[in-house]
Amino acid sequence: MAQQNNGVAANVTHTQPLWLLAEVTYRCPLHCAFCYNPTDYDKHTQNELSTEQWIQALRDARKLGALQLGISGGEPLLRDDIEDIVVEAKKLGYYSNLITSGVGLTEKRIQAFKEGGLDHIQLSMHDITEEINNFITNTRTFELKKKVAAMIKNHGYPMVLNVVIHRYNIGHIKEILEMAEALGADYVELANTQYYGWSLVNRSQLMPSKEQIDHAEKITNEFRAKVGNKMKIFFVVPDYFAERPKKCMNGWGEVFMIVTANGDVLPCHSARVLPNMQFPNVRDKGLEWAWKDSPAFNKYRGDSWMKAPCRTCPEKDNDLAGCRCQAFLLTGDAESADPVCSLSPNHHIIEKAIEDAKNPQLQAQPIVFRTDKNSKKIIAGELQERVADFHALP
Amino acid sequence: MQNTIQHTDIYAIALHHRFQWEEAQQCYVILFPEGMVKLNGGAGEVLKLVDGQRSVGEVVAALQATFPDVPDIEKDILAMFDLALGKAWLRKLN
Repeated sequence: MAQQNNGVAANVTHTQPLWLLAEVTYRCPLHCAFCYNPTDYDKHTQNELSTEQWIQALRDARKLGALQLGISGGEPLLRDDIEDIVVEAKKLGYYSNLITSGVGLTEKRIQAFKEGGLDHIQLSMHDITEEINNFITNTRTFELKKKVAAMIKNHGYPMVLNVVIHRYNIGHIKEILEMAEALGADYVELANTQYYGWSLVNRSQLMPSKEQIDHAEKITNEFRAKVGNKMKIFFVVPDYFAERPKKCMNGWGEVFMIVTANGDVLPCHSARVLPNMQFPNVRDKGLEWAWKDSPAFNKYRGDSWMKAPCRTCPEKDNDLAGCRCQAFLLTGDAESADPVCSLSPNHHIIEKAIEDAKNPQLQAQPIVFRTDKNSKKIIAGELQERVADFHALP
Repeated sequence: MQNTIQHTDIYAIALHHRFQWEEAQQCYVILFPEGMVKLNGGAGEVLKLVDGQRSVGEVVAALQATFPDVPDIEKDILAMFDLALGKAWLRKLN
């Protein structure tokens, strides 16, 4: 019997970590303003897991039922052992996905990935214009990304483009989709920025208006009707503008598991912001214990932890009270309703954030790019004016 | 039915999709970029035989032989082909 926590344990709910995200490094050559990595990532760049430790983690997760493997970061290609990880993933029967900015993807490496059995590559693109691509990533990567897109196609890979949407590119949705079609993309994810990590610090600079989002969605729907099955387009709706919160990660410890660069095991990308939680590490008791028995993974399974108004809400099964990290970051109470919900007593916080994003003075604040230097500053307690509103470092 | 499926058609699993048995799940799955589908027993039995060699007619005959007691199995099999084509899990080879 796994440990009981809130009356629910993994072996009772029959959860399985179908999706495993391996954030193999936090190092990254890009400096994207919207990166969801923790702003204090500089603390976690030491002690990266070794190749052998990653391979063991892959084996253990597969035994727990993991099927879809995302190899991500930071920029995973900064490690020189991705080839070995890919070979092991293939051997174990994963459907594997390299999530990359494209920086560091050479003919030699892509050839090795193909031979090793990597199933697909997800490339991030930012805009149709060089100016905005280079501005938002704080790098000169526009031409390189186009070359990498062609390389992915030439090697017979399905082309999956991920485009994070924000104020600077939302007006170009049609042109972005046309570019994707011209590049031969099979899948396009238009991922409206969610406000975690660096994007939360830069929220007033990045957030588009409701009207812009509605317009972008309309254009996307028209484009989808035109291209049909040839290019699948996902439009990730931004939760700040929704009536109800998202069912975050499809439930805490339900189908998703992240192993971070230093081996911490998390149920979601930003869980480390939560207070009084000790997340397991693969170096300690292994993944099976982490998933089934660790107090952290059991903490928000089920619904007995919920507070009013969620506890008695007839819709609670639809969204499981939303995102714990968002609730804590914005309200200081991890067990309160996600303030995105219009029924949350704290919903005014979201309304204020939307208003702030219209404020020319706040809009004009400089973007805090994701750099080692800025991460060190934030850890040292600088840039207070940008993080003071939040109940943990984003 | 959305698609016209002929007994002489030959299908294979679509490019960039993988069909495999999952021991932990005790079911067949289809895996593709950004997604997966767990298949119920009947669907798994049909797709297991979709190998780029057998025609639809041969798949039907094989399953009729394996499951002689299931009434009107052909209708279920064709419905499964129709669903799988609609989801773009299959590609037509001939």
